[in-house]
Amino acid sequence: MTLGIVVFPGSNCDRDVQWAAEGCLGIPTRFLWHEERDLEGLEAVVIPGGFSYGDYLRCGAIARFAPVLQEVAAFAQRGGRVLGICNGFQVLTEMGLLPGALTRNAHLHFICESAALEVSPGSCQWLQRYETGEVVSFPIAHGEGRYQVEPDQLRALEDNGQVVLRYQRNPNGSVGAVAGVSNAEGNVLGLMPHPERACDPATGGSDGRRLLEALLMA
Amino acid sequence: MPLYRARVQVSLRPSVLDPAGEATRAAAARLGVDGISRLRIGKAIEVELEAEDSERARAQLELLSDRLLANPVIENWQLDFISDTSAGA
Repeated sequence: MTLGIVVFPGSNCDRDVQWAAEGCLGIPTRFLWHEERDLEGLEAVVIPGGFSYGDYLRCGAIARFAPVLQEVAAFAQRGGRVLGICNGFQVLTEMGLLPGALTRNAHLHFICESAALEVSPGSCQWLQRYETGEVVSFPIAHGEGRYQVEPDQLRALEDNGQVVLRYQRNPNGSVGAVAGVSNAEGNVLGLMPHPERACDPATGGSDGRRLLEALLMA
Repeated sequence: MPLYRARVQVSLRPSVLDPAGEATRAAAARLGVDGISRLRIGKAIEVELEAEDSERARAQLELLSDRLLANPVIENWQLDFISDTSAGA
């Protein structure tokens, strides 16, 4: 059981994820440099937060073509579990593994605070240790986290149970107050909030632990 | 091979909020420029490309625009050739 953590030039939450998984929960991890192609022996892959390749052009637009992500896409298609946090969520939408896009916050401010989120796990494999309707607190830290999809597509996602995390107080103008979405199969999750920063009670609480602990379930 | 010069204009789709455009519109009013009813910020990307012919150049630039320069979920793009003939080289 090993968790892969993708590292791009410009990633800055890779070590936070490592600390949360390995330091707090005892889940072995392996860093995956963006030019790597070997995902052998990995149970799941995290695309962490940061500013991949400087986020030039659009957030995640250049990362999408990284060699490691060609393998991650195939891994996800085989049913492997993939988690995209913040910039990782932006990357997953650019790759087309998740619907929608992340755009500039409605009020243009970079937001750095704790956010209350309502969880609707549905069939999302990463959220199986949370109750439906449960409210958790994860830190958020982003300038481009406003989730955008067309209204009919949002309805389809809601009907399909793919809107798995919603802000209780929408901080960035996301349509439907969407904070995180899952793919239809439930193995890929993308979210703007940072669960890895809510795994150590000394810093940021421990509401995020159960998300990574889902990896320890069969 | 002939050199083709093009400009790709990337703009947010009309249904997508443009907060940076709104902030700029507010600043325009402070400058004293009144009457602006719409201001949207996009990107202009200038490209020079060598290709066998204009058809091939267009196909390559359309692929570039659709798959990299713009994200069709939130953006539209328009491709304009600045010069269809060889610009030398």
